[in-house]
Amino acid sequence: MANPLKCDLCSKPATVHLTQIVNNKVHKIDLCEACAQAKGVTDPSGFSLADLLLKASLNPEAATTGVRCEQCGFTQTDFKKHGRFGCPACYETFKGILEPMLDNMHKGTVHTGKVPQRALERKSLYDRLTKLEVDLSDAIKSERYEDAARCRDEINQVKQSVATKPSR
Amino acid sequence: MDIATLIDSPSELTDSAGSKTAIVLMTRVRLARNLDRRSFPGWANEQDKAAILETCRAAVASAPAMRRGLNVALADLSDLERQILVERHLISRELSGAKSGAGLVVSRDQAVAVMINEEDHLRIQVLRSGLQLKRAWNTINDLDSNLEERLDFAYSPTLGYLTACPTNLGTAMRASAMMHLPALVIAGQMEKVVRAVNQLGMVVRGLFGEGSDASGSIFQISNQTTLGEAEEEIIKRLGSVLQSIIDHEVNAREKLIESDAGKLFDKIGRAYGILQNSHMLSSSEAMNLLSLVRLGADLGVFPAEQRSIIDRLLIEAQPGHLQHAQRGECDPSQRDLLRAARLRTEFANFGRPEFSPSRNGNN
Repeated sequence: MANPLKCDLCSKPATVHLTQIVNNKVHKIDLCEACAQAKGVTDPSGFSLADLLLKASLNPEAATTGVRCEQCGFTQTDFKKHGRFGCPACYETFKGILEPMLDNMHKGTVHTGKVPQRALERKSLYDRLTKLEVDLSDAIKSERYEDAARCRDEINQVKQSVATKPSR
Repeated sequence: MDIATLIDSPSELTDSAGSKTAIVLMTRVRLARNLDRRSFPGWANEQDKAAILETCRAAVASAPAMRRGLNVALADLSDLERQILVERHLISRELSGAKSGAGLVVSRDQAVAVMINEEDHLRIQVLRSGLQLKRAWNTINDLDSNLEERLDFAYSPTLGYLTACPTNLGTAMRASAMMHLPALVIAGQMEKVVRAVNQLGMVVRGLFGEGSDASGSIFQISNQTTLGEAEEEIIKRLGSVLQSIIDHEVNAREKLIESDAGKLFDKIGRAYGILQNSHMLSSSEAMNLLSLVRLGADLGVFPAEQRSIIDRLLIEAQPGHLQHAQRGECDPSQRDLLRAARLRTEFANFGRPEFSPSRNGNN
């Protein structure tokens, strides 16, 4: 006899089986009585299968790998618990577990919409500034004074550009 | 502008004079935005949230579309004021329950509302009466571009706008329409519609979003996915789904009139009678009765211009608005008395019904 299906959230025997078709992709989820109640599955207008898929796709064994976001301290276990990330940098930290989920969750896996042009220009200026400051400090340490002077001039130029673009 | 002035001013939602499609009560487009390198509100500590609130309030309030509007911290509002904001769809139920670190900026005409530190740092939303998806998108796109000059948004070239929940990733846009679908409900076809809409990548929810019921046969239909499709494409696709639902509702209305006009007019007539004469009305009963009378206005039983009165009452018969009109909080049974009294007064002066199957179909 085949093994009975287990709840995707708590591993108890599943009694509620959901299927949703989004953009011709079939998503299936199995839940026990208690998890189905807790997630509001008994009221189909009030729950999001996307959120359930998100949590169910994280298996408990993988959650012990101990990956932690350097920016905010968020862990994979926190993600499993909340179904939300801690900060924008988590998207890079948890790239490996996120990618397989996106395919089920969205129409595509790559953004094709609006691009915040001004914010990106400003970000690239800040990134350039950070790199030049490191270069300047290296040049001074190794007594390459001509390079240091060039870095200093470039830093001044970039700072002027940043000042003309309003920021936070 | 202060909260008292906002509450006493008419909102975009109660002014449906410009609405051409009676079946769509309201269009809403929402964008989620987050500041780069800052923890999302659900993970940020109190100090971070306070700093984010201050930065975002200042940036949003100085955008041209928001000048001289309302700019408040949620902590400074009473429970009743928060409830009124929820009833006007200016804030979510989640934000209304926030204890600290949350804020709201609303434009003077109440068509634009920006929630701060809800699930994301910014939840920008534009509300328009009737079906106006493109206009709502243009307004929100302009405001978003303006905010982008002042705030560094978390953005990835491959994943788009980064949001607390990966289900909002990409465009981080939810476009929705609040639809009045009484004939599809009476004909028992809503389940079929919900299934079909789901298959097209859209979601059907109740009046107040996720987890809410569909009192008054009012449903919210919105896009489910946000990544892999540009904003304009999502809006175009939603627009065609909405048009198809409108067509189904119009057909369902015609069929009901053809097959059993007596039964339909009986429902509308009884609803009118109860609204004119009852002395106790719960919120959901009032919604259901107003829904039937609204259907009556669409079918020509009542003059069509009276639909805007009904739309105003759909908001004003809710608990927060009733208590505000009464200048104080009161218990549910007192509210039921107040609601019935308010509706009796309104319906005493309402146009007389004229039941004639030949007058149907002004949609």
